[in-house]
Amino acid sequence: MQNNSCHQDIITLEDVSFSYQNQAVHKGLNFSVKERDFIGLIGSNGAGKTTLLRMIVGLLKPESGMIRLFGQPVSQFKDWDRIGYVPQKNSFNPLFPATVREVVLSGLYSRNKLFRKITKADQKKCDDALHAMNIEDLAVKRIGELSGGQQQRVFLARALINNPSLLILDEPTVGIDSETQEGFFHMIKHMHQHHNITFLMVSHDMEMIRSYLGQQPAAESGKLKFYKKHSHELQDCVENDLTHSLKELRQQMESRREVVTVGDLS
Amino acid sequence: MEILASEFFQRALIGGVLIGITAPLMGIFLVLRRLSMIGDTLSHVSIAGVALGFLLGVYPVAVGLIFAIIASFFIEKLRKTYKSYAELSIAIIMSGGVALASILFTMGRGYNVNVNGYLFGSILTLDNVDLITIAVVTVVVLVAIISQQKELFLLTFDEDAAAVSGLPVRFYNVMISVLTALVISASIKIVGALLVSALLTIPAACSLIIARSFRQSVITVVVIGELAVVLGLVLAGVWNLAPGGTIVLLLIVIMLVLMLLKRGMRMGS
Repeated sequence: MQNNSCHQDIITLEDVSFSYQNQAVHKGLNFSVKERDFIGLIGSNGAGKTTLLRMIVGLLKPESGMIRLFGQPVSQFKDWDRIGYVPQKNSFNPLFPATVREVVLSGLYSRNKLFRKITKADQKKCDDALHAMNIEDLAVKRIGELSGGQQQRVFLARALINNPSLLILDEPTVGIDSETQEGFFHMIKHMHQHHNITFLMVSHDMEMIRSYLGQQPAAESGKLKFYKKHSHELQDCVENDLTHSLKELRQQMESRREVVTVGDLS
Repeated sequence: MEILASEFFQRALIGGVLIGITAPLMGIFLVLRRLSMIGDTLSHVSIAGVALGFLLGVYPVAVGLIFAIIASFFIEKLRKTYKSYAELSIAIIMSGGVALASILFTMGRGYNVNVNGYLFGSILTLDNVDLITIAVVTVVVLVAIISQQKELFLLTFDEDAAAVSGLPVRFYNVMISVLTALVISASIKIVGALLVSALLTIPAACSLIIARSFRQSVITVVVIGELAVVLGLVLAGVWNLAPGGTIVLLLIVIMLVLMLLKRGMRMGS
């Protein structure tokens, strides 16, 4: 699924505008995200962060302008398995009767297919994603029984099961304690630095974003600030097997038994 | 006890076994998406269709089915219009259905028909045409659900994630509403239009108490649905009770027993 052509446009917004009940949320927004860029979106409540994200993934239509994913207009985009999406933690019903394994496997259900069967290869992908996120022991637990940090690992595992080229994260650390947040960011950064994944992350945590993406925003639009780490700032070494690499990261962290701070890695 | 061997009871039992699978199965998708009231809405609209069927001299269940399907499209349309207040669409269409039914029943005051059978269910009135209708609906529902079960799971769990995965969310929403309309229309002669939504929602409520996975939920709702329908029909036949009411009260008893058992297990552990 990975595209090795250098610095392809992953997301392009051309003169995009959107308003809710005649109140402009976005006006003439332009920006592009290249392959392996990391974009951090910060803004106050009502700044239009989630609206922008929902437009990018086709859940909302812009009033005017054009949004492209991997060079194609969103309305014609078909390769949804190239995109991993981690929603806000509170977007599901905690009483929902679903196990962690069922949720992670659902990452494979892109494109509707009649009488879909879960193959052994699918189960292996699920096992790998669970192991990479260090949640294999939770596979049979009901998703609502997990802590906020564990739930986010489940959603990240679901997003990673397809080995995506673009990861979209909508406030992934809301309601999670600070130590778990640091571990989560550490993992995200590891993925960005070692793999061919482009990131678009909405976050309320300015410190975390600034520590990795720099103190100054690359662009501003209304109340929205776009922090960015360019792909050319990264080393070329790109590992192919994401789950293997995350397993290694986990082993390293376990063997060192150290708490790695965000500053150490940025 | 002779009643159990009678032909009309056997027909009711076969019909009951079939709706005992399909109604709770559709119900789990509605309940988990917090759309439990859709069942009530569609059943009230289908009463209007039944009334029109009698007025025109056309097979009432078929007209009820057409009304329910049209109503399911309106629900989806209004759900989009009042996105943040989706339950409004249900309230509007339900009252519209009852209003229309009351007018049609008033207009058809001259015809001699047992309306109670359609409102509260009856095991005496199910004929072969009804049984064939229920069988066809069962096949359609089972094929649709089994062929798309994984996608429906994702849609039910997280509609946004389903859309981002490229699934045609609007198509699935309409499909669930139309299948629900089919199940309700096919069930009203046995369970009754006023009680059919209980057969959709209470087994799902029971599954939320005991099921730990979606797969377990699906199995639980069907087992509980079958238990209540078969036992309910037998009790209704033996003691000459309204089948719909007997089935629904049994479902409530099962739910209370499960709640007590769970509480007991929690206290014991």
